[in-house]
Amino acid sequence: MSVVDVAKWQEATRQLAAGACSLSGLWGEPGRVHMVVLDEASPAIALHSLDCPDNSFPSVGALHPPAIRLERAARDLFGLQPLGLPDTRPWLAHGANPTAYPFLPVEGDGLHQIPVGPVHAGIIEPGHFRFTADGETIVRLEQRLGYVHKGIEQLMHGASIAQAARLAGRTSGDSTVAYAFAFASAVEAAFGIVAPPRAVWLRGVMAELERIANHLGDFGAICNDASFSIMLAHCGMLRELVLRCAAACFGHRLMMDCIVPGGVATDLSNHGMSLIRSLVSEVRSRLAPLVELYDATASLQDRTVGTGILSAELARRFGAGGYVGRASGRSFDARRSIGYAPYQQLRFEVPVRHDGDVNARIWIRIKEIEQSLSMIPQMLDRLPAGNIRAEWDAPGGGGEALALIEAFRGDVLVWLRIDPDGHIDRCHLRDASWFQWPLLEVAIEGNIVADFPLCNKSFNCSYSGHDL
Amino acid sequence: MLKTILQGLRRPVTENLPASDDAELAALAAELDRAAQRRLGRSLSIREVDAGSCNGCELEIHALNNAFYDLERFGLRFVASPRHADVLMVTGPVTQHMRQALERTWHATPDPKWVVAVGDCAAGTGVFAGSPACVGAVVNVVPVDLVIRGCPPTPMQLLQGLLTLLSAR
Repeated sequence: MSVVDVAKWQEATRQLAAGACSLSGLWGEPGRVHMVVLDEASPAIALHSLDCPDNSFPSVGALHPPAIRLERAARDLFGLQPLGLPDTRPWLAHGANPTAYPFLPVEGDGLHQIPVGPVHAGIIEPGHFRFTADGETIVRLEQRLGYVHKGIEQLMHGASIAQAARLAGRTSGDSTVAYAFAFASAVEAAFGIVAPPRAVWLRGVMAELERIANHLGDFGAICNDASFSIMLAHCGMLRELVLRCAAACFGHRLMMDCIVPGGVATDLSNHGMSLIRSLVSEVRSRLAPLVELYDATASLQDRTVGTGILSAELARRFGAGGYVGRASGRSFDARRSIGYAPYQQLRFEVPVRHDGDVNARIWIRIKEIEQSLSMIPQMLDRLPAGNIRAEWDAPGGGGEALALIEAFRGDVLVWLRIDPDGHIDRCHLRDASWFQWPLLEVAIEGNIVADFPLCNKSFNCSYSGHDL
Repeated sequence: MLKTILQGLRRPVTENLPASDDAELAALAAELDRAAQRRLGRSLSIREVDAGSCNGCELEIHALNNAFYDLERFGLRFVASPRHADVLMVTGPVTQHMRQALERTWHATPDPKWVVAVGDCAAGTGVFAGSPACVGAVVNVVPVDLVIRGCPPTPMQLLQGLLTLLSAR
């Protein structure tokens, strides 16, 4: 962590543009802008903080496009001007008239536009998609997000650690375990707290249960978007079994607020352990025929293979995490690449593919479910006895820390600074979706309109996690 | 594939509920069915509107469609347009940015209509209460007939809530 001058900031920007490292986050606070740069080869994470006495800073996005939306958000939320950023439109702030937004012009003979959202046809989050199509073929998709902007960073300012932990766990409900894990890790790093070993292992169990539940839901839902509803029916049942098991073991179906700074809130009983073990064997045995069914159904593969291809080059440049990156050759997985506890002590593989289509993103999910199913028994076998929560008091003087935790859709970055009286001064939560949403715009080009739901679901970006 | 389909035909999972939920759900099913028929004929159509939720509520509303809860057997179903809906199921702390969309959706829903506010945020008591970026409870924007609390409410709580709505009208 370092406060840098303008020259150092611009040097980091040039390194990003040259592809020497990838951008892991960029956000503002009053009078200051921060950027996190990830060197995947080492791996090393560097936080650069730049004071902005005149509320402006040299734009990173001008040279490195993945930063564009992040800088627009920093400008909207904290009035920081990215100097040289070509896109002057707001992003998270919609203003008094939300329908008056200048979409980029698209010109050509016979093109027509299809506006979709913010209220969609399915039970999904709100956002606006502006398609420009030539007949059936999409020539441009432009997204407009920010509809679920809740002011999380403003609410964080001055919140107690306990309040802030609950807020962090509701940044994106589907990743509540990962967010709580990341927030707790950052608080612990800032204060020098060490969570008890039993809590660390239980965090791993919860995180993998969350990953399995979400990947199962996505597997079924993607196939359903190709009208193969039997897969949704079966995967929906398996997902429900995971959630019921989580409720029985930890007291909440989504395991909200189960990870807290200092440890975990609920212990796992011996009965709970046996429930999880039987869940693992049931999901394993019932998933196998579904995977076989997917692999053997030509009409389904016809929809998923070769659809919505994301190039490896773009995945790398945007630092795309999760199944989006790993289906396009980017192997980064915070569990392995950063290697936080308890994952350094577990045997698991990080599946990577290079075809980058909907089919590849499905297979990454399937392989990751299998890996999680093998990790959970490893953790239960080695679950140590003892406390689940460290007693701690906020030390005077406050603190600042970063944490990077692998959620089901990719790495979640949490940065926070705690003021001397033990409250959150500033906290920023960066969802993996920030670097995946822009890639969906590219992946859909040249595909037909009817394949958009398929492509969109295979990305399954978070609206809430992005809109903050 | 044939094997997977036949397996479903032989032993529907909806009848194979876990013992702990069995009696509760069976009683609920019978009562909901009667109430729905009395009030609204054979069916009730629901349009879900996310007005700023963290997506936790959406996950549990989705679960109502899985084979364990199988909402459609009660004549309750989710529809793609507010113009086809009898009920708006609204989640989230109504962000400033979703206010207009929620109002327009409500106006697009034909009468008679009911609004169910789902989750603590929609009730005005969630973690985002008081944020300047949010309007707050759904009732601040459109009339609300029923509030189902929870963060998020479980599918069983959602089913029980829908039953309450049907009995009360």
